[in-house]
Amino acid sequence: MTINAMKISSEAVTRVAYPVLGLLLLLLLWQGYIVLFDVPQAVLPRPLAVWNATINNLPLLLSEGRVTLLESVYGFLLAFFLGIPIAVAISSSRTLNLMFYPLLIATQALPKVALAPLILVWLGTGIESKLAIAWLVAFFPIVVDTATGLRSTPTEMLDLAASVRATGWQTFWKIKFPAALPFVITGSKVAITLAVIGAVIGEFISSNEGLGNLLLVANSQVNTPLAFAALLALAVLGMALYAVVAFVDIALKPWFSEVRH
Amino acid sequence: MTSSVAEPQSTPQEAGDIYGRFVGVRKVFGKQEGAMIALSDVDYELRKGELVALLGPSGCGKTTLLRIVAGLTKPSGGSVVIRGREVTEPQDDFGFVFQSPNLLPWRTVLSNVLFPMEIKGRLDAAAKARAVELLEHVGLGKFLKSRPHELSGGMKQRVALCRALIHSPSLLLMDEPFGALDELTRMEMHELLLGIRRLTGATVMFVTHSISEAVYLADEVLVFSARPGRVSDRIRIDLPYPRAASQRFTTAFSEYERRAGAGLGVLHHA
Repeated sequence: MTINAMKISSEAVTRVAYPVLGLLLLLLLWQGYIVLFDVPQAVLPRPLAVWNATINNLPLLLSEGRVTLLESVYGFLLAFFLGIPIAVAISSSRTLNLMFYPLLIATQALPKVALAPLILVWLGTGIESKLAIAWLVAFFPIVVDTATGLRSTPTEMLDLAASVRATGWQTFWKIKFPAALPFVITGSKVAITLAVIGAVIGEFISSNEGLGNLLLVANSQVNTPLAFAALLALAVLGMALYAVVAFVDIALKPWFSEVRH
Repeated sequence: MTSSVAEPQSTPQEAGDIYGRFVGVRKVFGKQEGAMIALSDVDYELRKGELVALLGPSGCGKTTLLRIVAGLTKPSGGSVVIRGREVTEPQDDFGFVFQSPNLLPWRTVLSNVLFPMEIKGRLDAAAKARAVELLEHVGLGKFLKSRPHELSGGMKQRVALCRALIHSPSLLLMDEPFGALDELTRMEMHELLLGIRRLTGATVMFVTHSISEAVYLADEVLVFSARPGRVSDRIRIDLPYPRAASQRFTTAFSEYERRAGAGLGVLHHA
């Protein structure tokens, strides 16, 4: 027992210690490179300068981060609540599937960034255009994964539904939809990350707020430590949002145990 | 045993009224050329309260026949008439046990057992009480709130058995239900099935590819041969009830096994 417990805790230490060690090594290389080649701060700031810029601009980073956070989350939610009904429609109707699924796939060949200037023309420079871009990039994985999930219900489960004479409606809500949830989560994991990217693209094209905008402003003022601090904030934001979806994933563990193979 | 698990009373020895008739039941998969005859002209009279084992190699059509009786697959020809009515779709008083436990992983054990009642709109206190009683009967009284992934293979199949029995079916259809279990668990399940059958008096059709399982459980064994799937032998098993594990080692038992083996073509007639 105690040996087992020790093994587990030493494993936990290893899992935390090694990534930290890796990060420290990278920071050391970064610092070493600057010192060795005498790189000016305007090109690449030292790690400590980035850290100081982060601490000194914390209120600014938080308020700009809040804007980007809301754009990402709203864009994701829009993609989620529009994507799932569309997935349900194309996976339950053969006609709709044949009509729109190939189109949906085809639109994916289009780089969404290319649409951003147009969206700006249509929706203006406010939050609407960022939402639209975030929605556009997050929408696809949710639709595709949900539709895949809805069409890969294990046949034995469908037999079970048939054997107890379940109606189509009952089969959908009590079997197909819950069985597709792991796929919905997988799609959401991809979508939430893409939503952040979409929001930043929107801010790049035109905006006067958000972390993307801050990044552009800091760049134009050759304030590279602040630009790096904004990047750091974006990374934290993306990871935090991903963690929320991953948490839902873990909470839904019973689904994952048997539905997906 | 407790009262409500036991319902109709008829011992296998007294049973014998015709429960169902299969006439010329056949199933062909695919189109004219390259069509595969899965099942060819099965005629059979299913007697009330009996346990019939469908024994055969894989691909012999035994599962196809079971699915046709269940109303899950349509026959290409012939008819299955149960209690005077032709089966064209699943019936309310049938229970089906699948090859895999086929539990819904997001539901608790109790709510899996109650699933058929929920679908039929009969999710009342009596149904819940019966579900609990069934689960206690199969030794899962402590696992009502557990999720399927927390159970062993044998426990899952017990839950599946309870689910098939929750609406007191008159016909229990079982598709190689114990095939994936280890030998000891399987023998436990045999006792459980024989016990439940004694209590409920249900008619049972049981698909298996195990000779000894078929002989041990059944009143009659239908031996299938493959390509085209057809019944090659019908063996009455006149071993006394209640069956007990010690009977597995008697001469009579071996003789039945030998005959079934011959029907399967794995042994030659002496």
